[in-house]
Amino acid sequence: MTIKGKKKPRLLQGNEAVVEGALAAGCSFFAGYPITPASEISEILAYRLPQVGGTFIQMEDEIASLGAVIGASLAGAKSMTATSGPGFSLMQENLGFACVAEVPCVIVNVMRGGPSTGLPTNPSQGDVMQARWGTHGDHPIIVLAPSSVHDSFEITVQAFNFSERYRTPVILLSDEVVAHTRETVTLPEPDEIEVWDRIRPSMPPEWYIPYEDTSRGVPPMGIFGDGYRYHVTGLIHDVRGFPTARADEIEPFMQRIHRKISQHFHDIQIVKHYMTNDAEIVVIAYGSVARSARRAVLDAREKGIKAGLLQLVTLYPFPRREVVGTIRNSRVVLVPEMNMGQISREVKRVNEGMTRVATLNRIDGGMITPQQIYEWIIKE
Amino acid sequence: MSKRYEICLSGSGGQGLILAGIILAEAAGVHDGKHVAQSQSYGPEARGGASKAEVVISDEEIDYPMATRLDLLLAMNQKSSDSFYFDLKPEGTLVVDSTFVTQTPTTKAICIPFTEIARKELGREMVANIIALGALVTLTKVVSLKSLEAAVLARVPKGTEELNRKALQLGSKAAKAILKKSPPGAMRGHGPNHEDTPYE
Repeated sequence: MTIKGKKKPRLLQGNEAVVEGALAAGCSFFAGYPITPASEISEILAYRLPQVGGTFIQMEDEIASLGAVIGASLAGAKSMTATSGPGFSLMQENLGFACVAEVPCVIVNVMRGGPSTGLPTNPSQGDVMQARWGTHGDHPIIVLAPSSVHDSFEITVQAFNFSERYRTPVILLSDEVVAHTRETVTLPEPDEIEVWDRIRPSMPPEWYIPYEDTSRGVPPMGIFGDGYRYHVTGLIHDVRGFPTARADEIEPFMQRIHRKISQHFHDIQIVKHYMTNDAEIVVIAYGSVARSARRAVLDAREKGIKAGLLQLVTLYPFPRREVVGTIRNSRVVLVPEMNMGQISREVKRVNEGMTRVATLNRIDGGMITPQQIYEWIIKE
Repeated sequence: MSKRYEICLSGSGGQGLILAGIILAEAAGVHDGKHVAQSQSYGPEARGGASKAEVVISDEEIDYPMATRLDLLLAMNQKSSDSFYFDLKPEGTLVVDSTFVTQTPTTKAICIPFTEIARKELGREMVANIIALGALVTLTKVVSLKSLEAAVLARVPKGTEELNRKALQLGSKAAKAILKKSPPGAMRGHGPNHEDTPYE
């Protein structure tokens, strides 16, 4: 969307921008299984990754895909997979493993209509809760939602950075409209992009305690083959990585994997404000719907209505502080979504009766249009 | 050109409409330096089924990437002509492939037999989309013909450049013949009437 820099603009699809973002962030491994509307990511990485010395594998299914991604990440490669709703469901078991073993990886879920095979070529935002709570157990997770082609690039880089910095799987929750819309973008030069790498142990290998608590809550990560040997398991483990059943080891472990995210909310929770300063009507939107909402808000402002948009880029950890601060002084909040109301539940949860939260849901496989939101604002 | 210009290329899967949309977007965005957003909708089938590509061209940044009120509609089959005609602005332009569209929703529709031209003149039906692009751009000047040609040549497979260049010229020729018969002004204003909305 933003046209800047000295390079010539290119016409790119959201999925192509995800690929460019992944490569810019240093992704060197992809394992996946094709599925509409995420296939372009695999397709393009299949020839781009070998060019940069990376590895592309088409796996037998999505379960194995995330398994391969986790393995590659443990061996030191920044790894990614891409899928859509049904495939994302198959990944849920390994996603839990990546959470507990603290393996950095990026999972792109391009949402399409569901449940099941559903509507392969139609947009939806039905996987928000699956992204947050799809895997089993009490776990923290980072979920990011791009809304344009330029976003897709930037947020993919951000997703890799978060996964590396916090040793956690990060879910990039795109949707069919974001993924397939083509726009002219000028991608930044490599030296304009901030890339973070996981912190590696600096002590002698025999002193390395793989899951030792640190002030950040994120232990340095030894990679397979560099001499820092440690045990990786899905069982709750002690600081040395071995399974434990001791309450005094389980509790600190669980606390730490939550704390490593919660004490960095300020870094992780990204939102974008459009004219929310004096807004009486606040629209909270994410993904492609945020673009419809922005148009509607601009049109309402032209009519003298004090409307504003809070666009959520980070869906989870839910940006409670920003949402509460923005809706506190509003008269009404609208949450338009292409589902029956998933983020609106979160907004209602943090609202605690401060203001009225209304929903606008579309589940017919179509995109929420600016008119729909505008008409709602006008009626208010 | 007004600040937002919306185009819909519609027909059935396999007619190359999405490729045509990409080419048009590339001509406007990369070669003419405008803001563009190109979106598409198609069924799960590999061939057949409804297919459409939308291109929004604007002087400003584009927020909503899809078309809402069309300035230009290309219909490459009867069904899409019937169903998308109502998205056209009153002053919008409807262009149909008269090979397949036998009943136009308005007498002011511009009828050019793109597929027939492709079959007869070039022996390849698959370039009907490029012929249509040549005609659309000649009729509406939404991008320059030079940019269009550059965008076409950059996207088509190697070895088909000459074929596609010819296709563009044929489309352009057909459109010029139409323009000769009736000046551009006379062809405007054949969309259905809409209530006023802020989405002009």
